[in-house]
Amino acid sequence: MMDSEQYNMGDIDIAWCPGCGDFGILKVLKEALAELDIAPQNLVIVSGIGQAAKIPHYLKCNFFNGLHGRALPAATAIKTANPALTVIAESGDGDMYGEGGNHFIHTIRRNPNIANFVHNNMVYGLTKGQASPTSQKGFVTPVQVAGVILEPFNPLAVAIALDASFVARAFIGDKEQTKELMKKAIVHKGYALLDIFQPCVSFNKINTNKWFKENTYYIDEKHDPANRNAAFKLACESVKLPLGVFYINKSKKPFEECITAYESYDQPLYKRQPDKIKLQELINSF
Amino acid sequence: MNATDQNDFSIVLCGQAGQGIQTVETLLMKIFKASGLNIFATKEYMSRVRGGLNSTQIRVSSEPVRAFVNRTDLLVALDKGAIEHLSKRIGDKTVILIDEKSVPDKADKLVKIPLSELANQAGGKIYANSVAVGIITGLFDIDQQLIEKQLSSFFSKKDEDVVNKNTIALKSGYEFGKSLVESNKIEIPALKSSDLSGDIVINGAQAVSIGAIACGCNFISAYPMSPSTGVLVFLSKNSKEFGIVAEQAEDEIAAINMAIGAWYAGARAMVTTSGGGFALMTEGVSLAGMLETPIVVHLAQRPGPATGLPTRTEQADLELALYAGHGEFPRIIFAPGTLRQAFELTAAAFNLADKYQIPVIILTDQYLIDSNYNIPRLNIEDIKIERFITESKADYERYEPTKDGISPRAIPGFGKGLVAVDSDEHNTEGHITEDLDLRVKMVDKRLAKLKAIKNEVVAGELWPGDKYKNLVVCWGSTYPIVKEALTFLSRDDTAMLHLAQVYPLHEDIKQLLQKAEKVTIIESNATGQLAKLIKLSTGFEIENKILKYSGLSFSVEEVTDALGNWLKEKE
Repeated sequence: MMDSEQYNMGDIDIAWCPGCGDFGILKVLKEALAELDIAPQNLVIVSGIGQAAKIPHYLKCNFFNGLHGRALPAATAIKTANPALTVIAESGDGDMYGEGGNHFIHTIRRNPNIANFVHNNMVYGLTKGQASPTSQKGFVTPVQVAGVILEPFNPLAVAIALDASFVARAFIGDKEQTKELMKKAIVHKGYALLDIFQPCVSFNKINTNKWFKENTYYIDEKHDPANRNAAFKLACESVKLPLGVFYINKSKKPFEECITAYESYDQPLYKRQPDKIKLQELINSF
Repeated sequence: MNATDQNDFSIVLCGQAGQGIQTVETLLMKIFKASGLNIFATKEYMSRVRGGLNSTQIRVSSEPVRAFVNRTDLLVALDKGAIEHLSKRIGDKTVILIDEKSVPDKADKLVKIPLSELANQAGGKIYANSVAVGIITGLFDIDQQLIEKQLSSFFSKKDEDVVNKNTIALKSGYEFGKSLVESNKIEIPALKSSDLSGDIVINGAQAVSIGAIACGCNFISAYPMSPSTGVLVFLSKNSKEFGIVAEQAEDEIAAINMAIGAWYAGARAMVTTSGGGFALMTEGVSLAGMLETPIVVHLAQRPGPATGLPTRTEQADLELALYAGHGEFPRIIFAPGTLRQAFELTAAAFNLADKYQIPVIILTDQYLIDSNYNIPRLNIEDIKIERFITESKADYERYEPTKDGISPRAIPGFGKGLVAVDSDEHNTEGHITEDLDLRVKMVDKRLAKLKAIKNEVVAGELWPGDKYKNLVVCWGSTYPIVKEALTFLSRDDTAMLHLAQVYPLHEDIKQLLQKAEKVTIIESNATGQLAKLIKLSTGFEIENKILKYSGLSFSVEEVTDALGNWLKEKE
């Protein structure tokens, strides 16, 4: 096991508000990576835009901090170009479920071997307090002045409906469980969604640390994650929100193992050269 | 001009979508080329899968031909609507072959052919295409053994029965075609054949695709969109053979973000799209500019705005390509005019994108993409793959300052360092910054690359030479059309200046323009987009513009007439 210290950046200026759930997520992420012996050189964190999306700036790793909502296509391509890398796509609920909603759906269908960590605080932090796709009905903001009227997006139910290969939810109020779920998601072969509840201390006065504690519970150990119907039922619960592993489909092969580009060649793309003899033959055939 | 004293002969096939004109076109191209005749083929088609009217022109010639002509020597009407559809291209000398079963009411000067009868005799309606191929090859008295060889290789994957029935259909058509000539119903010029065994016949989509693979492209992500899809199809078909990741993305936004991610991890990636798709990609183009991650974009133009004319041609996205993406960053835009240029410049795009860590855009259009002709075999030894990936040291900084603005580019997992890239303004390590002095340095660093880029701009091509009073400027796919028009006009005081790189412009262009007494520009758009760019870059204003934006390409005759009139002015 590595020391999680090796991910530390030293004395840096962190843009998050004091008390933000992101600090806890950053801490357990480093621990999870250390416990899995993933060297920073072999890790790529891909993020979009938002407060959560700043996370790769705060630990030692390779990173691709791209456009708002577009982490998943970039992460898919990075993993596909070099399958030896550990790739984590990590951002907030607005980035992954709102701006990037189409990519969320199709990345699940594509099933690349990446982990997708979504910091879910049910509000927009960076743009100062507007509703996010996961904001609950009635949530009042400077824009949704009469309260949110849209149905909240249910990422877990959507993921299970699309037969995602790994679906789980954590609450950063429980660091130990969050870490364990992160490790499971990273180790899982295929697309792994981990939705992480976190409080936003500046803009969400409803879904606070206390609220999450009171409105969540741990999934019973008897739940069989291979049971898709049971998992879907859990995902649709709304009075109290379940935490833990909802669903795992172990029968799926990751995207990179299914594509023809790796059938005859196994090197990562950066080591490849076109087969000149074959190409000249192809040209001559026209 | 009489068909019999020409060097070349223009055949047009016209029928409904789904009737198999494409098959006839492909087979005829192979047969004519194998028999030593030069060919050019291009098509115009409606945006529908069945019905409507589509046509293909095949020019057969003693000399190499590369351009669309309005003249139709022989029209093979597979549908009675063909005559009206092509009325502007039918002249006094046009011979029209039409199935005796579908002769329209107002029919004069038609040569009836037993198309459906011979097809039914061979086994059914679907063999009409082979009958048509037979008739046309019979007219040209092409060696029967050669035809059979091409036919069996064309249908090599079909079962024996299908091959036999097609052979029967073709033979009966062939005999009929021969009889048309023998009974003097049709005159066919005596075309000289030559040894073309060293030539290949490809279209624009194939030229772009082969150029990409030859220069190490191993990742393509795209969303299907006419007329750009051929490149995605070609690379997908060859994905296993050449180890290329070819992925149909959920939208163009995903496509370009995937391709940029792939380059970041060491792949050589491209996207292929048309105007509407490229509009969706523009934020990604800007991302590539900020991350200094290479990206190659194939942008096959079609008429806009919005959905426009999906299967037609235009050169109206130069300004889109030029200004796509917010913020300021360097880029390169190519506009190949020939198949060979499409091959070479696509290959060059990968090396230049890699070298300068910028977007390189290859602007083609439906006309170039769908045009076929024979060219000397492309040799991949002509293409040199230049890679610019560095192995990182432990203290690696992605945006290390350098004199020319180009920081050595490492990739994750290769070396001891970390590779950090950020769409926010960033410091030398790739971390987000709001240090405004640093911001200025970073903008200057990115733009500094333009200086070196300008040192290797593809020069404009002057044809036939550099002695001229009148200069005709053009870019992209109109190259062979303008060249043939000038050949026809045969004026020793007039030259063509073709630009295959439209941004940045070569620094000699201003001088070449100033040297001329008269300048005109030919563009397939309504506002003269290159003329505007030339004015912006050089201050030189080209007042006379020959523009077309109907959705069809210029024909040689149109350009000949337009240039003829322009040359007469003030003379």
